[in-house]
Amino acid sequence: MAAKNVTTASFQADVLNSTKPVLVDFWAEWCGPCRQVAPVLDAIAAEYADKIEIVKVNVDEEPALAQKYGIVSIPALQVFQGGELVKQMVGAKPKPVLVAELGEYLN
Amino acid sequence: MREVIIIGSGPAGYTAAIYCARAGLKPLLIASSVEAGGELMKTTEVENFPGFPEGLQGPELMANLQAQAERFGTEVLLDDVVEVDLKGDVKILKTGGGETFEAKTVILSTGAAYRELGLPREKDLSGHGVSWCATCDGFFFRERTIAVVGGGDSAMEEGTFLTRFAAKVYLIHRRDSFKASKIMVERALNNPKIEVIYNSEVTELLGDPKLTGVTLRNTVDATTSNLDLDGLFIAIGNDPRVWLVEGQVELTAEKFIKVDGRSSRTNIPGVFAAGDVIDPTYRQAITAAGSGCVAALDAEHYLQSH
Repeated sequence: MAAKNVTTASFQADVLNSTKPVLVDFWAEWCGPCRQVAPVLDAIAAEYADKIEIVKVNVDEEPALAQKYGIVSIPALQVFQGGELVKQMVGAKPKPVLVAELGEYLN
Repeated sequence: MREVIIIGSGPAGYTAAIYCARAGLKPLLIASSVEAGGELMKTTEVENFPGFPEGLQGPELMANLQAQAERFGTEVLLDDVVEVDLKGDVKILKTGGGETFEAKTVILSTGAAYRELGLPREKDLSGHGVSWCATCDGFFFRERTIAVVGGGDSAMEEGTFLTRFAAKVYLIHRRDSFKASKIMVERALNNPKIEVIYNSEVTELLGDPKLTGVTLRNTVDATTSNLDLDGLFIAIGNDPRVWLVEGQVELTAEKFIKVDGRSSRTNIPGVFAAGDVIDPTYRQAITAAGSGCVAALDAEHYLQSH
């Protein structure tokens, strides 16, 4: 299942008001590593569906959101919990590495 | 048991796969989970790969090579090899996904990884103004002032590419001339947005929580100065990716995999190496591809006599 696309209009409801932790994947079509990490994120979303929500923000279509969260490198993976930004990661990483880094949010 | 497993998915790995597959060896190519396609996935236009007179995009070239390898029966696995045992007649490979594979021969084409400056705050500032991927991150520096560190082809290409976005691009180089190819240097130097800072190295990254500038040290007279920047792109070369085989396969003094003469044979029978991981000198897509072909032919020859 492909991750849900989030926009400025839906960010509050889909990310900030979520009861579960949400990993937001800031990405773009022209970013090779973004495309490379996408299937890894889909796999984590499927495996930990009851623990974490994984959504995507297309920085080309939503430059204001990217700017608001200080994105200057993609893929940028930011975790929100209870409406707060709690973790930031940058770059495409293998699944075991991402799972380890997300540790507390997957348990 | 497999006849041949290829580790790596750059031009060397895929060319080895094309030759092995056409020889009927049904190769397994373990491509990496998130870096499949290798360095060319982060480049833009490739103008010097023979056979493409108009040039093509790096990711497109890699998709073509993969399709050509798969057409003849190569199996491509998107996973990372995390452990190898190459000593015996049966080579054993384990992946991050938890699978174990056995093969009679292995072709190592793991390429090279970006070199870091080695400065204290480099990791913290990665993603906060320090970048290794101009094609990914240039977009975020519209009308900003940025710099590229390095003097090779990749520094020239990134500098030129980044002028599409930035207001100003400094090229910081520690020598007074570039080792990049003439055409790439001329293109960069003729760009009005690019200014070269010769004989200088970055000694400190400034800014918290995001990069605001760097300290430069002049390599001739040792004077230091600060340069205000919104972004810094690092293109100071690559180091061969040998951690997987270090301690098993013999390396050169410069830590490339050592091969026998013009062949791809390592010191371990049945283990071959190709591409940037053996090449301290040329490091081109086409030389890597040629070297992948050599490895496939060497592996095929080895299998015929074992």
